[in-house]
Amino acid sequence: MLRTIGKRIATAIPSLIGVIVVTFLLTRVLPGDTASFFAGPAATPQAIEEVRKQLGLDRSQPEQFVSYVSHLVRGDLGTSLTTGRPVVTELATRLPASAELTLLGLFIALLIAVPLGIIAAVRQGSWIDHLCRIVATAGVSLPVFFTGLVFVYVFYFILGISPAPLGRLDVFASPPPDITGFYLIDALIARDFETFRAALAQITLPAVTLAVFSLAPIARITRASMLAVLSSEFIRTARASGLKPSTVVMTYAFRNAMLPVITTLGMVFSFLLGANVLVEKVFAWPGIGSYAVEALIASDFAPVQGFVLTMAVLYVLINLGIDLLYGIIDPRVKVEA
Amino acid sequence: MTTLSQPEPVSPSVTTLTKAVSARGIGAQLRHIRYVLADNPVTAGSFILFVIFLLAALIGPSLVPYDPLASNTASALRPPSAQHWFGTDQLGRDIFSRVVVATRLDMIIAIASVLLVFVLGGLAGIAAGFYGGWTDRIVGRISDTIMAFPLFVLAMGIVAALGNTVTNIVIATAIINFPLYARLARSEANIRREAGYVHAARLSGNSDPRILFRFILPNIMPLMMVQISLTMGYAILNAAGLSFIGLGVRPPTPEWGIMVAEGAAFIVSGEWWIAFFPGVTLMLAVFCFNLLGDGLRDIVDPLRRT
Amino acid sequence: MTAQPLLDVRDLTVEFATRRGTVRAIEHIDISLAKGETLGIVGESGSGKSVTSYAVMRILDRAGSIAEGSIVYSGIDVSAASDRELRDLRGREMAMIFQNPRAALNPIRPVGRQIEDVLLEHVQTTRAEAKQKAIEALEQVRIARPEERYHAYPFEMSGGMCQRVVIALALACRPQLLIADEPTTGLDVTTQKAVMDLVTELTRARGMSTILITHDLGLAATYCDRVVVMEKGKVVETALSKDIFARPEHPYTRKLMRATPRPGAALRDLLPLELAAAAPTPPPQAPPGETLLRVEQLVKEYPRQESGSLWPKFLGGKAKEPPVPFRAVDSIGFEVRRGETVGLVGESGCGKSTTSMMVMRLIDPTSGKITFAGEDISAIPARDFAVHPMRRRIQLVFQDPTDSLNPRFTAARAIADPILRSGQSLNDAAIRARCEELAGLVGLPLEFLDRLPHQLSGGQKARVGIARALALNPDLVILDEPTAALDVSVQAVVLNLLQDLKVRLGMSYLFVSHDLHVVRLLCDRVIVMRSGRIVEEGTSEQVLEAPKADYTRELLEAIPHPPV
Repeated sequence: MLRTIGKRIATAIPSLIGVIVVTFLLTRVLPGDTASFFAGPAATPQAIEEVRKQLGLDRSQPEQFVSYVSHLVRGDLGTSLTTGRPVVTELATRLPASAELTLLGLFIALLIAVPLGIIAAVRQGSWIDHLCRIVATAGVSLPVFFTGLVFVYVFYFILGISPAPLGRLDVFASPPPDITGFYLIDALIARDFETFRAALAQITLPAVTLAVFSLAPIARITRASMLAVLSSEFIRTARASGLKPSTVVMTYAFRNAMLPVITTLGMVFSFLLGANVLVEKVFAWPGIGSYAVEALIASDFAPVQGFVLTMAVLYVLINLGIDLLYGIIDPRVKVEA
Repeated sequence: MTTLSQPEPVSPSVTTLTKAVSARGIGAQLRHIRYVLADNPVTAGSFILFVIFLLAALIGPSLVPYDPLASNTASALRPPSAQHWFGTDQLGRDIFSRVVVATRLDMIIAIASVLLVFVLGGLAGIAAGFYGGWTDRIVGRISDTIMAFPLFVLAMGIVAALGNTVTNIVIATAIINFPLYARLARSEANIRREAGYVHAARLSGNSDPRILFRFILPNIMPLMMVQISLTMGYAILNAAGLSFIGLGVRPPTPEWGIMVAEGAAFIVSGEWWIAFFPGVTLMLAVFCFNLLGDGLRDIVDPLRRT
Repeated sequence: MTAQPLLDVRDLTVEFATRRGTVRAIEHIDISLAKGETLGIVGESGSGKSVTSYAVMRILDRAGSIAEGSIVYSGIDVSAASDRELRDLRGREMAMIFQNPRAALNPIRPVGRQIEDVLLEHVQTTRAEAKQKAIEALEQVRIARPEERYHAYPFEMSGGMCQRVVIALALACRPQLLIADEPTTGLDVTTQKAVMDLVTELTRARGMSTILITHDLGLAATYCDRVVVMEKGKVVETALSKDIFARPEHPYTRKLMRATPRPGAALRDLLPLELAAAAPTPPPQAPPGETLLRVEQLVKEYPRQESGSLWPKFLGGKAKEPPVPFRAVDSIGFEVRRGETVGLVGESGCGKSTTSMMVMRLIDPTSGKITFAGEDISAIPARDFAVHPMRRRIQLVFQDPTDSLNPRFTAARAIADPILRSGQSLNDAAIRARCEELAGLVGLPLEFLDRLPHQLSGGQKARVGIARALALNPDLVILDEPTAALDVSVQAVVLNLLQDLKVRLGMSYLFVSHDLHVVRLLCDRVIVMRSGRIVEEGTSEQVLEAPKADYTRELLEAIPHPPV
């Protein structure tokens, strides 16, 4: 078992190397003056020269790569021009906000999409099946920033049941003591239900927006793989042995059908992490996505690079987790590995 | 592999023979398409919608009532009316005209990026699946590295690094779709490499490049076409998303994503139409391509229906 | 026969809703089964034999429904039973085993647990005892080390072992009726015998009734008391097994019976009477000429999947031995002479297909020499062989006619392909004429030449494949189980066609097959292979009538011996 896990972890290493090489290529090798990129639009020639030295751009590219990697290893992603603070610190303080939003969005999506997909497959051709197909096609067609705006208009402006889309808490509330960085959880730990309610009110709309977006692929693949499994021969055997429908559907079909769903989760996370950037902008959510967008507008390059790298590393780790989960459910991967 | 440099002339007999084949094939195909369209009015509807978008892209700019760039502060922030069907924005520009004119740019971005990735990803994937070995490893490694990023984030990084232009949006969109095409083409080519008819073709004396282009490619094409339709929607979404956060297209150029971004500030004060109409149009365009892709899939590959 | 049958199917009609409207899969079927009786339902593909069994179990697809008739199982009307009643019947009263046993088991649940599920469902045991009972069930189907196998997953077991587990699952609750749907199709002949003997023994011991559904009349007649013959959704004949070969009544049964390869029957005997009469008497075969193909010391190795990880190297530092490669073909040698047919026989994994692929020059041997018409063709890499002038002289007829035809080529285009590639400068008319000539040769009506593969039947596709192989007048044709995917009546016709063509065109055949009956009909000499080696070689009579190797004897004994 430990060996299997070790092997899985080893498979993530090439991906990490790839990510580091690509981010290096993006900033240093492509045409354009990297130094003036990093120095920002308002920099003087002296400042640009300063940056050039600091980044080691006067040296050869292999040397630059080595210094780039050694900076990374030391956790140095450079300094933001606009805030003057190290990029790593900024990303670290803002990451919990993004993570809380993304995970809650995914959680809501799974909660709705998986049962929907299962019921649609079990009752093929029923209204719930049609609903599932509509959700699956319409969901992927929705521009996530547009859905967010529609939600804001309906629930904030017209109905007034949602707070203004301005961050994790309204200005008068104070955040709960920092334990996990997730406001909802921290508030519960502190037994501060008022803050919990306020934080929940703020996060609901952006999380639902993300959920609506990621619902579609999950529902679609659940339905499709459930249908495939239900028509497979071992389900026929289970039926012919007189097992009751709940056993057939849950123990036999569902567990097998979950395998493709878990694989798809990787793709869903890719979408989610991207959509997260857009949703954070719409809801002025103080996560790493909106940080990157602000930096982009200010032509402040170090935070953008740090953001891309962080997201990619996170994504590689998420995929690793998904792989490990898959290995737990499917006994066959142990021998293949 | 060795004879790739000398393309074999196609003898007249092949063309006549295949003509007979494809004539019959097209006849059957058309019947099948008609059958699918009749059976599935949604696909038929999405096809009509597609034609409308196509017309808007081709002749839209010469039909619109207002200059999409002309501002008129006197009539700023007007809600939809008979005069301004979709209302006006904060500079008094006619939103309907801007939405229609934007179709061309959004379509060009989507089509250009999809065609680019179709050719590059498709060829790389087919070569990888057919030849295996190093070709396969290199293509696989490139795909894996791209897939190691959340795709939209990678697109952001690419546009930010390459520079803020429409061309770079096209390139970024093509790059993030590369693995999708390469993997599909690879797996299909790989399955067919061991198909009986490919062995048979080898026994008949067909060279490898010939097998690739005359036996494998035509059999993969239908699936690739479905993929094109499905990625078109994603490409449009992606481009609009990038311009929404201020990458690529710059104001005052009319483009759906940027128009939604401009209207976003007015949502909280109730001027919904500025963001709404470009957003809905964008959504319809993506919806249309996705439905069309599903419909196409039913036509070429009834087994994978979902 | 007792007065009260265990199962009584009356006037049964099953319909399927398809896109083109309702289709009747079976029409007005009457079948009855006495207690303790073994009944075979025999028919070719599309005869409705499987649908009948699914209807009895009421496990038809969503699209299928019982339109008319009744199914009465010991007094209970199955066709009208509620879902709950059905669940009690299935598994406890009637059970089923399937074709493709590996797919019939849940891939991610240990097999022991799957047996437990059935036991617990039918309250045959308590949770505490379930495991013990499941192990007993595995023991009863002769699975060695049942305690270990209890935890095994289907992918860790062989096909024959999986079928034993499926049988254990079916018999766990001691049902009265076992329906076996093509239980041995896809299994090797020795495994088939083991599985069938086990089923017979267990059902006899428990006094159970069995329905065996098969396409193999010989198998049904060997193991069943009575045989029902179905054609196109109807029962055409019901007879005792001992009579069915001796006195077939219905013309279809007669045709089927004649087409079944069996000891003592010659190639012409397989054809329906009217065809056999029309067929020309086989011309006397010329004695074999000089050596056409010589294979010497042929070896094919495949690297074993590397199982070790990189980590031991980093952690422990002890580098492992490189894995010993797997020898699919282990230094074999044989000859094929001009005008001769040599059979290459063995069970799956014996290396016969790998051998034929090497002789075909589709893959490169690891070592050894293949001499064809005096030229060492093993020296030419497989990659380059496609465009080598030698290519046209060795051709292949594929196992699966559907898979071997490009779906986008018409029959004519497929047949013309080798001619177009051969470098002969022929005009369209000449190529078309050649295609028509070849079509005539293989008995493919000319109007089918312009059809695409999906518009042709299995037999027609096989003919197209043969015509394509003959297009360049090859000297050697390798027949890779050419009839394995075909119905037995079509097989009879195709085998005759192949034999006539060989004599007429003076070709040699290398016939790769698992079916000894078929080999006997066509081959002059037979080579028996096992685990990459040749275990026996000789003339057909020698090998099949007086085998020297134990393994050959085992193979011959495993073939069903219907009471002829």
